[in-house]
Amino acid sequence: MGKGGRTRRERSGANSALGIRPGRRRIRPGPALPVPALLLSGCQGRQSVLDPAGRSAEAIADLWWVLLAGAAVVWLAVIGLAVYAVFARPNSHDLGKTRILIIGGGAVVPSVVLAALLVWSLHILPVVHPPVPEGGMKVRVSGERWWWRVTYLTEDGREIPLANEVRLPVGRATAFDLVSPDVIHSFWIPSLAGKVDMIPGRVNRMVLEPTREGVFRGACAEYCGTSHALMNFEAVSMAPADFAAWLERQAAPAEPPEGPVEARGLELFLGYGCGACHTIRGTDATGGLGPDLTHVGSRLSLGAGILPNDPEAFANWLAATHVIKPDVNMPHFGMLPEAEIEAIALYLDGLT
Amino acid sequence: MSTDEEIRRGQEERLAAAWATPKGWRYWSAVNNSEVGLWYTIVAFVFFLFAGVLALMMRAQLAVPDNDLLSADLYNQVFTLHGSVMMFLFGVPIFEAFSILIMPQMLAARDLPFPRLSAYGFWSFLIGGTFVCGSIFFGAAPKGGWFMYPPLTTEYQDDIGVDVWLLGLSFIELASIAAAVELIVGILKCRPPGMRINMMPLYAWYILVVAAMILFAFPPLIAGDLLFEMERAFDWPFFDVERGGDPLLWQHLFWIFGHPEVYIIFLPAIALVATMVPTFARRPLVGYSWIVLAAVGTGFISFGLWVHHMYTTGLPAISLGFFSGASVAVAIPTGVQIFCFIATVLVGRAVASVPMLFVSGALAVFVMGGLTGVMVALAPFDFQVHDSYFIVAHLHYVLVGGVVLPVLGGIHYFFPFVASKKLSDSLGRVSFWLVFAGFNLAFFPMHISGLRGMPRRVFTYPEGYGWDVLNLLSSIGALILAAGFLVFLVDIVKTVAFGSISERNPWQAGTMEWLPTIPNPAWGVRTVPLVESRYPLWDQKDIVATYDRGGFFLPDAEEGKRETLVTGTIDAEPLQCLRVPGPTWLTHVAAAGTGGVFIFSTFHWWWMAIASGLVGLGFVLAWLWTGTATIPEKPEKDVGLGVTLPLYASGPKSVGWWAMFITMLGDMAAFSGLVFGYYFFWTIHENFPPEGTVGPGWRWPVLALALLLAAWALTLAARILNGRGHRTGFFVALPLAMALAVAGALALAAGPWFTGLDPTVNSYAATVWVLVVWTNFHLAAGLLMQGYCIARAAVGKLTPTYDIDIHNVALYWHFAAVTAVVTVATIAGFPLVD
Repeated sequence: MGKGGRTRRERSGANSALGIRPGRRRIRPGPALPVPALLLSGCQGRQSVLDPAGRSAEAIADLWWVLLAGAAVVWLAVIGLAVYAVFARPNSHDLGKTRILIIGGGAVVPSVVLAALLVWSLHILPVVHPPVPEGGMKVRVSGERWWWRVTYLTEDGREIPLANEVRLPVGRATAFDLVSPDVIHSFWIPSLAGKVDMIPGRVNRMVLEPTREGVFRGACAEYCGTSHALMNFEAVSMAPADFAAWLERQAAPAEPPEGPVEARGLELFLGYGCGACHTIRGTDATGGLGPDLTHVGSRLSLGAGILPNDPEAFANWLAATHVIKPDVNMPHFGMLPEAEIEAIALYLDGLT
Repeated sequence: MSTDEEIRRGQEERLAAAWATPKGWRYWSAVNNSEVGLWYTIVAFVFFLFAGVLALMMRAQLAVPDNDLLSADLYNQVFTLHGSVMMFLFGVPIFEAFSILIMPQMLAARDLPFPRLSAYGFWSFLIGGTFVCGSIFFGAAPKGGWFMYPPLTTEYQDDIGVDVWLLGLSFIELASIAAAVELIVGILKCRPPGMRINMMPLYAWYILVVAAMILFAFPPLIAGDLLFEMERAFDWPFFDVERGGDPLLWQHLFWIFGHPEVYIIFLPAIALVATMVPTFARRPLVGYSWIVLAAVGTGFISFGLWVHHMYTTGLPAISLGFFSGASVAVAIPTGVQIFCFIATVLVGRAVASVPMLFVSGALAVFVMGGLTGVMVALAPFDFQVHDSYFIVAHLHYVLVGGVVLPVLGGIHYFFPFVASKKLSDSLGRVSFWLVFAGFNLAFFPMHISGLRGMPRRVFTYPEGYGWDVLNLLSSIGALILAAGFLVFLVDIVKTVAFGSISERNPWQAGTMEWLPTIPNPAWGVRTVPLVESRYPLWDQKDIVATYDRGGFFLPDAEEGKRETLVTGTIDAEPLQCLRVPGPTWLTHVAAAGTGGVFIFSTFHWWWMAIASGLVGLGFVLAWLWTGTATIPEKPEKDVGLGVTLPLYASGPKSVGWWAMFITMLGDMAAFSGLVFGYYFFWTIHENFPPEGTVGPGWRWPVLALALLLAAWALTLAARILNGRGHRTGFFVALPLAMALAVAGALALAAGPWFTGLDPTVNSYAATVWVLVVWTNFHLAAGLLMQGYCIARAAVGKLTPTYDIDIHNVALYWHFAAVTAVVTVATIAGFPLVD
């Protein structure tokens, strides 16, 4: 049924797939794209549990530091005792006292400590997994092999489709519906909260509340087939006003192509049938199988968080889709003349 | 004096002849525990090394970011196979293997009660394991993860990899269950006289607990495998959401097995520690009863925590709380055991040795794994680290600290027992430090890479997320770890080739496996001693001298038969002199035939599978016919020390009855897994049975039940009539029972058949059919057994006095009747009540 079954031996380029045909491409730099490249390199901490930026993640990080300190103490105590036991003078300890050690150290102390931890962890559960707020905006994310279909359901009833990127207003709780049409995935933005699985036939809910602005990275945490490692996304928390402006921009249809090359790009895009799977609102491309590309040029990365967003990456993706993301559903277009690929790439890159 | 000497020599000659290991190529027909256990251990260890090489391949791929050494597809096969092989082909089998090897001598028995069952299990294990491991050389290995979650594996991987996993491993699980039954009966019934249950070596207690856990944990997985394969091969939609299935049903069935599995692997390693610590502390273990209680407690609790593998599936808070509580609670019995060991060393006199070095390393590593285990038991923390590298670190700390290091220590400890030679102390220390340092370098950084957000099961990762250096360190650590194993292997080869014979009881241990001379002749135990202490070699003064002159039970093999003692379950009073069968090739063909069923089914070669199954069945019958329930030439014999014991026992006094009883408990566990599926679907669907689907109705199922209960009653009557000498009654009742059983099975299938219930339409229809098929399969087996009894009685192998067969078959039918009652109540009764 699926195409996951084929056995392949291609070498996967993954993130290093840039420069398949290096130096031969003459593409003028797209408008204002300094951010992604920067983010994709020096991004330590963008995906870290230890550098929380959400209410839930902060509560869990606090729990972690206490657990770490406690574990260190217990480990040192047990190992210290064992070392002492080895070097202690034989027969210097009588059997009765060891009973106290076994009952006290093995049962009583752990029971007390564990009970306390359990109570604490259940106590913070409502912060870690807050109840879903009534009304308000909602985000539906669908995990699909191997990308994320994101739909903003606004309070006034609009559905704004985008892909592989989630943006949130800082300081506000946003509800998520997490679903999957194919296999089990798991939605995880370590900086903001723990993960929740996306299971076919179920709608799992979660609430994210960023506490500071920033650009974070999310990943699929449940093994979902060949390119599971290549299913990531960007998560941005923004000032509420910026967020509202961004969302309105995403809601708008695409602007017409800027110049002749881009116009040729759109023509080719439609001519080769890309519109059968992709939607670019405002054009004849209305397909629903793959990601919505209406504002693809505005996103922080390409290919579900694996490539920078620039014309060269677009071109590489089109030419070698199957190498960059093994077993992906999208066919590659490596057979097209280079100029045509470049035109499509430039057009898509201009969809900001 | 010289006559004593002559008598002794005569006894030893007869014993040696009876227990002689076959020579030449016939060596492989041996079934004795000392051979089968050794092969089993070696093969499990080879699978371990194979999975270790797979681990090195993964570490090579992840050493640097954006690496393309392995393709995504190959990497996914490699990690799936690494986990599956470590769990199914090493973790569980190594202890069954090791226990088959040492348990009889530990209990001063000559062999386990069913040597041919051990041999059958081993050959099955070898065939199935080779099949599963070999798949990767054809690029056809499973690649759905060792947990095989549908729908990825049901709808999106249509190559044979998933089937290799399902069928190959189901086959091995059957072998594991067979070994578990063997070990339980061995421990309960084959202890030496005087060894009451509260005097058993702790090793035996642990293995008893673990074997019982296998009996209840593996069958639900086999039930799950059955549902899974029915969906893959015949499109029965158990996990397909579109048709009312649910992928979470698999997760439940898998983890009901999967969590106890962790303790199934871990407890026997603790058993090794409990065996070695007293020896090197030179005193009995402190807190024997505490440890037994803790082991039993761990076994029980481990069945109540499976949901902690599913915290992120969107469970209600109440479930999270309950399973968090149960998960942290399991730390308490574990803590008690660790403190008992420390207390023993504290009051004893610690002797430095290589085994103790490994035990100390195990403690340091395992305690850390346990502490991270408490962390991940807390649901909020698990939300973050679940499926991240933190878990990879945690589970390896648990399994390397809780299994691999104790096993390496155990190999050092038992090497003189198995190979009559001692491994090198200096190489042992070198290998320990390489393994210990390499392990920590490889796995400690994974805690941090996981906390920094690195997910598990990724074939590559980008640079710049703080994972690069950590992963490189892990890969370097893995190489050092591998070097440690290499030194260990060199030591083994060197010792076997050039080592000198060890002295007797080289560690001055107190338990009975060290009683025999080194090397130990094939008879295993010269004479079965009367035991008066938990550490007989320390406390019973003359035991060695008396043993050497054959002064206890069964010092002779007068009739040239292989004999061992059967004793009472609790008090170990002598009950029977059990004759066990010797070398055979029947078990090999039986294992190959059974293996064929699973292997041919993988390729959907159904006719080959059926043919292979018939061959396997034929040879199992031949093995039973020739090797079991043999009528002895005399009713009883003198076993020494003035005790005369019967040579034949049936019913609850016989080991065969116990084996049947225990096997059927496992069978009930598998059946419960299927019934669980039915009620699970009922809880998740508003309408179950779904509207518009007509079930089997109640008339046919009730008729079926009436017929089957009559068949059961007649089988019971046949047993009683035979016992009272009413041969005619027996020959009337049993064929009649068979006729009724056939009619009952047909009636049971008629219900869903006549209402046109199509199993591919929805999960309800599929579940009803699977219960019917399961029940009818059991009825078919029951018919075969009834026919077997009629044939045995007809040729005089089953008589009113010698009636093991009909006792066991009647016992089987009790369970078959329960299966039929539950099936009918569920498929016919439940829709009426609902």
